[in-house]
Amino acid sequence: MSQIYPVTMPKWGLSMQEGKVNRWLANIGDSIRAGAEVVEVESDKIAGVIEASSGGVLRRQVAKEDDVLPVGALLALIAENEVADSDLDAFVTEFQSRFVPGETSEAESTAGPETVTVKGRNISYLRRGDGGEVVLLIHGFGGEKNSWLFSHEALAATNTVYALDLPGHGNSDKAIDDPSLDGFAKVILGFVDALKIGQLHLVGHSFGGAITLATALLGTDRIKSVTLISSMALGKEIDVEYLRGLAKTNSRKELKALAGRLFANEGLVTRQLVEDLLRFKRLDGVQAALESILSAILDGDQQRVVLSEKIAHLGKPVRVIWGEQDRIIPASHAALAGADVHILPDAGHMVQMEAANEINKLLHF
Amino acid sequence: MARKINFKQAVNEAIAQEMSRDETVIVMGEDNVGGMGGDGERDAWGGVLGVTKGLYGKFGDRVMDTPISESAFIGAAIGAAACGLRPVVELMFVDFMGVCFDQIFNQAAKFRYMFGGKAVTPVVIRTMIGAGFRAAAQHSQCLYSLFTHIPGLKCVIPSSPYDAKGLLIQSIRDNDPVIFFEHKLLYGLESEVPEESYAIPFGEANVVREGDDVTIVAIARMVHVAQQAAEELAKEGIHAEVIDPRTTSPLDEDTILESVANTGRLVVVDESHPRCNMAADIAALVAQKAFGDLKSPVATVSGPHVPVPFSDALEDLYIPSPAKVKDAAKKVVEYAK
Repeated sequence: MSQIYPVTMPKWGLSMQEGKVNRWLANIGDSIRAGAEVVEVESDKIAGVIEASSGGVLRRQVAKEDDVLPVGALLALIAENEVADSDLDAFVTEFQSRFVPGETSEAESTAGPETVTVKGRNISYLRRGDGGEVVLLIHGFGGEKNSWLFSHEALAATNTVYALDLPGHGNSDKAIDDPSLDGFAKVILGFVDALKIGQLHLVGHSFGGAITLATALLGTDRIKSVTLISSMALGKEIDVEYLRGLAKTNSRKELKALAGRLFANEGLVTRQLVEDLLRFKRLDGVQAALESILSAILDGDQQRVVLSEKIAHLGKPVRVIWGEQDRIIPASHAALAGADVHILPDAGHMVQMEAANEINKLLHF
Repeated sequence: MARKINFKQAVNEAIAQEMSRDETVIVMGEDNVGGMGGDGERDAWGGVLGVTKGLYGKFGDRVMDTPISESAFIGAAIGAAACGLRPVVELMFVDFMGVCFDQIFNQAAKFRYMFGGKAVTPVVIRTMIGAGFRAAAQHSQCLYSLFTHIPGLKCVIPSSPYDAKGLLIQSIRDNDPVIFFEHKLLYGLESEVPEESYAIPFGEANVVREGDDVTIVAIARMVHVAQQAAEELAKEGIHAEVIDPRTTSPLDEDTILESVANTGRLVVVDESHPRCNMAADIAALVAQKAFGDLKSPVATVSGPHVPVPFSDALEDLYIPSPAKVKDAAKKVVEYAK
């Protein structure tokens, strides 16, 4: 009853076609449990760790460090010691003979982003997965649907998962009719209506967390649970220098420094990540959009809206996740009565990128 | 997945979007509509290589044909700019610019300064540069250094479709005269370009590739030559940082100096003639402001000081190649005092 589990090159985000094997985190012969770190891989945007989906012994490292391989390529084999070497060889031969780079696996939809009109404005979104619970991922200030690149596919294995670009962001229209939290909450409900989604779970990061809360507080019974990741609206303190800098600057150097504050490990800020941010910032209307949001959510150097006291009346499960080393919003804001709180060490504000595997495990619905 | 278009389409889209946004934007140049007095086949040409094709159909008489008299129509465009329009005027090959130096160097470039800031000249002069087109000495020069020399002009030299669109939109919105150089061998190059309008600020270099061993500054098509060289160098364990200044006036000195502070080595690749070119200018900048950072002499890669040859074999030798850039980079990396 011994099985062979392949470890393959993941697809993190729509644009990833290949990845580089940075370094092995487990050696051949190591006994590993499910969830153990196996190998670090890097796309042109970001580096991440692949964990073992099943326990066993790391029997083969098919890829070498520094190899650049297409998405889906075989990296390693995990199997118990009783599995014969000849079976492993056969598995590799079989895999390689069937593997066609660029061909997505069956579980993965090939559809790209779609657009829906909400209150007269175009909203771009990406849908992955079928069946299970419906989940909507809401990114933060200056983010986009690709901010969930490590989680979207993973969660879609058992759920129907949407990620949208908020008004003023990504490929959505840049005009923002109402930059208040309630204004954004109404856009979320409009989006849910337009796509005829019944009940769903909301997962929001940072500014998207504040929108998640505001949406749930609009009193709808369609929201089944809320997950707040490094969320705004749970306390007054916030790094306003970061927010204002992000809205204002178009300088590569300044953006790179600002982006560094998002991570505990600043080495994660690649050239491509900064370039993508710059390209977003240059689009007509983006600066005005970001500044209008800031004027709505900031009061001087503090957050204008704090909703934590209202959470008790929500009557829905509330999950709170934070990176302990968050430099944008302090992790102390996670202390909420009645909530399921998880503080992840070694992660900063972009906790869903820096601790993707942990986040994906916590996000069950 | 983002949409891909080529360099030529990116230039066309930038003009079309700005013409839609701002009715003072007009297009002038030879054969943009279809030849003086042409009918029936109007709009058939879109300039000598078809870059402005389709604009006449969309914008009618805001797209104008001019006689083959550069001194007259460049002067007219500059005058129109001084009077409130935003002309995007095409002067086929930069090599022909000599006949309108007074209009550009002494009039357009000086208005804002000599009228105490009260006059602006928001004209964009689009022009083709570059060798490799088998077009001989009078249609193959780069000449951006000549215009960079003149205070009051802004010099913009995109190397990709993405940059071409964003820099041209910025050029049209800018209130100063802009010379916009398009390398004719890049016209077919494709890259991801947003459909939305966006402007890339002037004086902001693009770090095309990061590396710690040697800084390679390259302009226009040479950015791609430098990238090929960098890929080859990487196979030998030499990690080059490739910087595209994108605009030579204003020049993003900081990005170059900061890179050299990190690498300690500089190679500048410039397709234009070697004397008084951008390679010489950037080499001098680094020698003056980053001497203490340098671990080896600065290297420049340009052709010899001769006209661009017509012979295919000689033209290929004239143009800096990835192999020459790689050699130069290896020399500065392996330099021993």
